[in-house]
Amino acid sequence: MHKRTVEFTVGAFMVMGIVALVLMAFRVSGLSMSDTGDTYTLKAHFENLGGLNERAKVSMAGVTIGRVTKIYLDPEWYSAVVEMEINKSMSTLSKDTSAAILTAGLLGEKYIGLTVGAEEEHLKDGDWIEDTQSALVLEELIGRFLFNKAEEG
Amino acid sequence: MVAAPAYVSVRDLSFSRGDRLIYDGLSVDFPKGKVTAIMGPSGTGKTTLLRLIGGQLQPDSGTVIVDGQDVSKLKRQQLFELRKQKMGMLFQTGALFTDLSVFDNVAFPLRVHTDLPEPIVRDLVLMKLEAVGLRGARDLNPAELSGGMARRVALARSIAMDPELIMYDEPFTGLDPISMGMIVKLIRGLNKALGLTSLLVSHDVEESCSIADYLCLVSGGKVIGFGTPNELLHDGSAEVRQFLRGDPDGPVPFHYPANDYRDDILAGSDF
Amino acid sequence: MISKIQDLGRVGVTVIEAIGAATMLLWNSIFWGGPGSAGFGDLIKQLYSVGVRSLSIIAVAGFFVGMVLGLQGYTILVDFGSEAALGTLVSLTLLRELGPVVTALLFAGRAGSALTAEIGLMKATEQLSAMEMMGVDPLKRVITPRLWAGLISMPILALIFSTVGIWGGAYVAVDMLGIDDGAYWGNMQASVEFYNDVVKGIIKSVAFGWVVTWIAVYQGYASVPTSEGIGKATTQTVVISSLAVLGLDFVLTAVMFGGV
Repeated sequence: MHKRTVEFTVGAFMVMGIVALVLMAFRVSGLSMSDTGDTYTLKAHFENLGGLNERAKVSMAGVTIGRVTKIYLDPEWYSAVVEMEINKSMSTLSKDTSAAILTAGLLGEKYIGLTVGAEEEHLKDGDWIEDTQSALVLEELIGRFLFNKAEEG
Repeated sequence: MVAAPAYVSVRDLSFSRGDRLIYDGLSVDFPKGKVTAIMGPSGTGKTTLLRLIGGQLQPDSGTVIVDGQDVSKLKRQQLFELRKQKMGMLFQTGALFTDLSVFDNVAFPLRVHTDLPEPIVRDLVLMKLEAVGLRGARDLNPAELSGGMARRVALARSIAMDPELIMYDEPFTGLDPISMGMIVKLIRGLNKALGLTSLLVSHDVEESCSIADYLCLVSGGKVIGFGTPNELLHDGSAEVRQFLRGDPDGPVPFHYPANDYRDDILAGSDF
Repeated sequence: MISKIQDLGRVGVTVIEAIGAATMLLWNSIFWGGPGSAGFGDLIKQLYSVGVRSLSIIAVAGFFVGMVLGLQGYTILVDFGSEAALGTLVSLTLLRELGPVVTALLFAGRAGSALTAEIGLMKATEQLSAMEMMGVDPLKRVITPRLWAGLISMPILALIFSTVGIWGGAYVAVDMLGIDDGAYWGNMQASVEFYNDVVKGIIKSVAFGWVVTWIAVYQGYASVPTSEGIGKATTQTVVISSLAVLGLDFVLTAVMFGGV
């Protein structure tokens, strides 16, 4: 094997590795540059998270605008606190924006859906979203349904 | 006994492999600038002695001094430095690097150890190859060489760094008479031309006697005879004379130790 | 009974001795520099024989594994009407598990055994001794570049395996089974995380590359220098490094992907 050929193929091999890594980053894991861009944090209380995870999506009208960064229990109210990062480009969310925990499909992952309100003032970094709606928990729904049926009958 | 000063001097050397004691208090001096053949029956660890001198094996006790330096007490770095500057070794199989051409094999030590520019390396390599008569074979691969040629290339490689001591491990084994003649001529010639101290391990009595200034006979972990071939042939002990003449029986018995032959035979026929 | 225990003890001692010797070998050869140390050119040469020469088998295997994952995943997912998640299934399986593990097993068979045989042969033909006697440290000259070539090649091969596999899966899913192109890639991008899946997979493959190459060079270096001994050492390399990869995979998965 000629020496230059060896060098060339090894070089090509390394380049292939880098190309594979780049494909993995952008095509497969959907990493995009704006992902690491400027964000601000919002917080919200929820009665029940029903399986929401950290790094879950925060979306508005089906478009992802942020991610859940932190989940913990508020020891005073015994309710869950969710902190989320919202892209700076969405800095005009009104003060009365509501947040709901939704499910993608019937068995899919949980995410937070935001619905914008009507007020003039905007939410700022560290603000709380007041109007929240907890996750639908299947057992509770069925329980309520049976209870109602029993009352009717 | 020996007039020339010693280049390699071995003192009270003991070495064992597993439970088997190979050397038991061996002491011998190898004179500078001479060819000394180390001879002895198979399995007496002649090659082991070369490896001890080269520092590839560590003695259990005793010292091996090469040009004033105690090989077994050197640090790793110093040992490699000593080998690089002063030692060369020709292995039984040649031990050429199979992935390099003949030229690159001989150039290998020069390229690794020196910063000589490539044209000078080339000249040096061609000089060494010319000395062994293989300048024309420089572009061949080791796989294309005959046994004798491979050994000559290996010889060119081991003298590439101009060593002071060169050790030959069984240089005559498995060669046709012509190749053997060439190696004999080369060993003698190199010794004369470069003033090398040469150690030669062999059990070919005839070839060894023809080129060696001194013979060193090793048996049972000790030196049993040291001197010029002539001295040993005439004045050596019975065992030395038996070895040099190749007598089948003598102090070294033909029979492996066993109980009485007659008893042994009769013991099998107890029906 | 006593002799059985003695045998067991002897085996234990031998194994521990081998581990010690292998560790010494690693320590003495992992760093560059020393008498007659190998240069950058030697690394390139070894990258060629260890990495480039394993490329074709890795790429072909990756493509088929990806296609099989696509087919098998489809038949399972279609029952739940969630065949759109096929991209997620194929990519996560490859990135987290099959990419690093199958690459390491193939690497052990292709490159590891070749390394052992090559070094064993160099030992048997006294090339290593000859180097020593020239004042060249064979550990630095022969082992170091091979060790690093294995270390560098393995993650690259694993990445290529996974990449080819994901595209193989896409070929089956989109072109053969008619899953929507956007669904395949979109679901994949939604669930694959660069750090959690890609980087952790790479960490695994680095660890596997290290273990396989280490075992291969040790087996070669410590082999009995006869044709029988080299054959045995080559087999040992494949067996031991395959088992080591699978065992290590469990440990790494438990540590990195949690659950334990």
